[in-house]
Amino acid sequence: MNEILLPVAIVAGIGLLAGLGLAVASIVMAVPKDEKAEAVLELLPGANCGACGYSGCSGYAKALAHGEAKPGLCSPGGAAVAQAVSEVLGVSGEVELQAAVVRCVGGCAAAPRTVAYEGMQTCAAAALTAGGLSGCRYGCLGFGDCARVCEYGAISLKDGLAAVDPARCKGCSLCVKACPKGLIRLTPLKEQAAVQCSSRDKGAATVKACQTGCIGCGKCVRACPRGAIRVEDFHAAVDPAQCTACGACVSACPRGCITLFTASPR
Amino acid sequence: MMVNLVSIFLAAILTENYVLNQFLGICPFLGVSKKVDTALGMSVAVTFVMVLATAVTWPLYTYLLVPNGLEYLETILFILVIAALVQFVETVLKKYIPALYNALGVYLPLITTNCAVLGVTMLVIERGQSDPSFGYMESLVNAFGAGIGFLVAMLLFAGIRERLERCDIPKSLRGLPITLVSASLVAVSFLGFQGLVDGLLG
Repeated sequence: MNEILLPVAIVAGIGLLAGLGLAVASIVMAVPKDEKAEAVLELLPGANCGACGYSGCSGYAKALAHGEAKPGLCSPGGAAVAQAVSEVLGVSGEVELQAAVVRCVGGCAAAPRTVAYEGMQTCAAAALTAGGLSGCRYGCLGFGDCARVCEYGAISLKDGLAAVDPARCKGCSLCVKACPKGLIRLTPLKEQAAVQCSSRDKGAATVKACQTGCIGCGKCVRACPRGAIRVEDFHAAVDPAQCTACGACVSACPRGCITLFTASPR
Repeated sequence: MMVNLVSIFLAAILTENYVLNQFLGICPFLGVSKKVDTALGMSVAVTFVMVLATAVTWPLYTYLLVPNGLEYLETILFILVIAALVQFVETVLKKYIPALYNALGVYLPLITTNCAVLGVTMLVIERGQSDPSFGYMESLVNAFGAGIGFLVAMLLFAGIRERLERCDIPKSLRGLPITLVSASLVAVSFLGFQGLVDGLLG
């Protein structure tokens, strides 16, 4: 009898001990779950794009729950998410929506290719080897690194030139990081004029390289009734905060590189 | 004494490698070896659990099972103890070392049923029976060496697999077949260490 009972007692005893130990441990060492952060995380889109500046959605949710971050930093979520998050947290949230703009309109037709590039078909590789494929070393390379990283299909390639569809863009800034030429910038989502050229070359050099490049002539500066445009390094730039999208600069530009950025609400 | 321990440690890594010579723990070896960093995380967790499990099961066997003549309970009791231990370690890590928990967390439950861990605890006792000088300290060193050996095998294989990804492999061999072929080649290459440790320290 004993030779059955003893092993049973030993195995059962150790099992019971281990079970009780684990139960006690799970109670004593329970990690308090941050319910607020979990609730916020549920509301966030879960794209983990990092546009908010935190390490993914869970990082942002944690910061929100601890009051270290403001609602509305989530570009992909937009106004709806900001609203919902503010309700959970009990604070008011203002959102500034942003969209990406490619600041180059010099496609194959405007800026003819001067380099026969047959290497890896990515912008990053082309930028390393040839610097640029046309005479302009600032321009879009047209291999679509930005379009590949875009999770919303907002970037299209046409004629060796990338263009962002503001209606689809969520302002997550993945394309901004992907562009080796630094051509893509985020801009507040409102109607405004945008200089779609990044060339810092002198006017004469730009004229040679590209039909639509900004030469820094300053006609737009004089045309602008609000003084929203400045020319630096042979290159005009519009301050989105002051621009009223009147269109005076667009018609004044002899190069056709200023376009009106039409924004439709998401 | 010290030389003996060093030779046990080296032998556990090279000549008696648990994965490549004794073919234990093949499931994580094939399953979690796609990337070097996950392989590293898994191996560190396995090493940790191996040492801990041996530290607990050895006294349990020697001072509880042997005096009562219940050596046949070894397998079931060891599984029980290892499973409970892994759970406990997970809870403790979650509470006190969240960074380590985040790094190892996914792998810890996987180790519960890792045959290499059970293999180490049982083989260590088997060896102690045939060689009375192989005691508690030697067992712990052997377990640690086995873990490091597991790490070496995992890292080697993960490195190979990362390169395989970029190779032009015939269609019929893609995926698991080429993985198994390369695993066997790595195992064969480890046969080359035979006699190395004895030659070095003996």
